[in-house]
Amino acid sequence: MDELLRRHLPESVVMALVTAVLTIPILGVRIHIENLQVTLEGDGTPVYIAMAVVFLVRLFRAPLSQITGMVRIDRLLPSSDWLTRYRTGLLAAMIVLALIWPFVASRGAVDIATLALIYVMLGLGLNIVVGFAGLLDLGYVAFYAVGAYSYALLNQHFGLSFWECLPISIVLAGATGCLLGFPVLRLRGDYLAIVTLGFGEIIRLLLNNLDELTGGPDGIGNIPKPTLFGLEFARRASTEGGVTFHDFFGLRYDGADTIIFLYLIALLLALFTLFVSNRLLRMPVGRAWEALREDEIACRSLGLNPTLIKLSAFSLGASFGGMAGAFFAARQGFINPESFTFIESAIVLAIVVLGGMGSQLGVILAAVALTALPEVARQFDEYRMLIFGLIMVLMMIWRPQGLLPATRPRMELPQ
Amino acid sequence: MSALLEVADLGMRFGGLQAVDGVGFTVERAQVFAIIGPNGAGKTTVFNCISGFYRPTSGWAMLEAQPIHNLSSHRIARLGLVRTFQNVRLFKNMTVVENLLVAQHTRLVTNLWSGLIKLPRYRRSERQALEKASFWLDKVGLLPYANREAGNLAYGQQRRLEIARCMITQPSLLLLDEPAAGLNPQETRELNTLITELRAQHGVSVLLIEHDMSLVMGISEQILVMENGRPIALGTPAQIRSDPKVIKAYLGEE
Ligand SMILES: Nc1ncnc2c1ncn2[C@@H]1O[C@H](COP(=O)(O)OP(=O)(O)OP(=O)(O)O)[C@@H](O)[C@H]1O
Ligand SMILES: [Mg+2]
Repeated sequence: MDELLRRHLPESVVMALVTAVLTIPILGVRIHIENLQVTLEGDGTPVYIAMAVVFLVRLFRAPLSQITGMVRIDRLLPSSDWLTRYRTGLLAAMIVLALIWPFVASRGAVDIATLALIYVMLGLGLNIVVGFAGLLDLGYVAFYAVGAYSYALLNQHFGLSFWECLPISIVLAGATGCLLGFPVLRLRGDYLAIVTLGFGEIIRLLLNNLDELTGGPDGIGNIPKPTLFGLEFARRASTEGGVTFHDFFGLRYDGADTIIFLYLIALLLALFTLFVSNRLLRMPVGRAWEALREDEIACRSLGLNPTLIKLSAFSLGASFGGMAGAFFAARQGFINPESFTFIESAIVLAIVVLGGMGSQLGVILAAVALTALPEVARQFDEYRMLIFGLIMVLMMIWRPQGLLPATRPRMELPQ
Repeated sequence: MSALLEVADLGMRFGGLQAVDGVGFTVERAQVFAIIGPNGAGKTTVFNCISGFYRPTSGWAMLEAQPIHNLSSHRIARLGLVRTFQNVRLFKNMTVVENLLVAQHTRLVTNLWSGLIKLPRYRRSERQALEKASFWLDKVGLLPYANREAGNLAYGQQRRLEIARCMITQPSLLLLDEPAAGLNPQETRELNTLITELRAQHGVSVLLIEHDMSLVMGISEQILVMENGRPIALGTPAQIRSDPKVIKAYLGEE
């Protein structure tokens, strides 16, 4: 104890002083507004608290780290062996739950689940880029925006329906991915991250400033919801001679029908994304992504073209972003550039990292958790980002490989 | 018919260091050709220049009369020139057989749709790839280890896997950078047999860098000796063995 004090006391005092210097400008003053007068008031309390915390933590670092060392969160989470064994079962259970959900849950809960499914699509899409191919993309929201605006604009100008626009949105987002990816995929790691971050912002700024085309900050409204083989979900048909769902089946109009229908479409699209990304892993291109992550030089020496292989991951991921975007536009009925800010990219990336890069099951769970939790804990809304950050930090300490670490299906040679 | 590989006046400069200077040689079809020289002589740099990992600062290289010195490495590999590395470069976290599947990537059905819905064409291509992989694993004695992680193999096995991974791309010229380094005498003899077989049965030419003199003298038809980036002798093993310059520069040291 004596030894501990002697060794750590001077260091702790210095650290506390450094904390004071660093926090005074941020925590030590408060802006005071009275009528038109804005004054700065000194307030020492937060600074003292910060100093005390830093001082104590530094002083008792050794015993503290012993305690944190004993807490083994990762033991509580399933191991990867366990996962591989029960993977199919878990997936099946999740799909069954997702299928009965709209018929047992409340309207609000189904609506939130639809939002969660959009993030599942986005998460699984970005997982192809980040998890499978190891390319850090910080501007994923750009493709989400391209998908959403493709549908909105094609509908507005050419009257195309959701189902006609969906494939077009997918292709356009994929093509945008190709276009953006081609010049930048030669870059490595951090450089790629920064350039993609820039692209995300450029797309948003374009949407904001091309008023003529995109409506600028006002966005585009009156985007129709998807139809069921031409049947509309609305009280009254929007066009002359249009038929609504409840008229056709002789039912009474119920607003919940629309919500359930949207949910089911989202589920269908999410399952499609899951199926495709699952197949991709087992296909030659999936193996090539893995190989490229391990050793790009060896890949080149065997005739694999790294740029093309990365581009395929980048644009496939982008396509799913576009698909999610088109659906998002249809669900909201209204879009503007505010829905496509950097924070969206950050959330989707957080979903992929939290879930476990490359792990589809983990990404699905993380997407559901990150969309559902803020809704459940509404009273903590102000602290949402704080909690978010805290979870990320703790995860990186205890479980850097994510909630459910990825296990890649292996191609076996029958013996 | 032109030579398989023709290199002339090759030079590579790193800042102030002329690592390779005026190197030229010709490799014929189904020939074993060796480059020897003391450490730092520039041998690996020559490999890097002709396999497209470095762009030579002077000179040229032609594979089957086609210039390759300004092509990128993956295009050169597709033309039939593949290489191993001085430090083994396997995909360590992938299984042995997956290493061989990745190597066949350019020959597989990689079309997205046929893979997603498993068209017969796609299934056939995957099956053939596995068959070919097991053929080559058998050849290098790794068939029992097919489903192990490549990183867990013993060092000598990793070297053999790297050669198999090259051969499965059906190259016309195989570049081996110190293939016997770190092998025991028994493994070196097996390597000798393997190289002889590859050439006899698969018609591949082998260009190798090697310090093991008994191996080099035993299997090579032509040897190029380098020192400080320059070629100092070129000839048959018998000529090289009796060349006074070589004895002074290289063999004399040992
Ligand atoms: N990328 C590079 N940048 C700068 N210098 C390099 C580079 N690659 C090689 N060199 C230098 O070129 C010279 C030749 O190196 P090289 O690796 O070709 O020798 P080597 O003959 O293969 O030797 P060893 O028998 O040890 O493998 C060395 O002095 C090396 O330091
Ligand atoms: Mg070398």
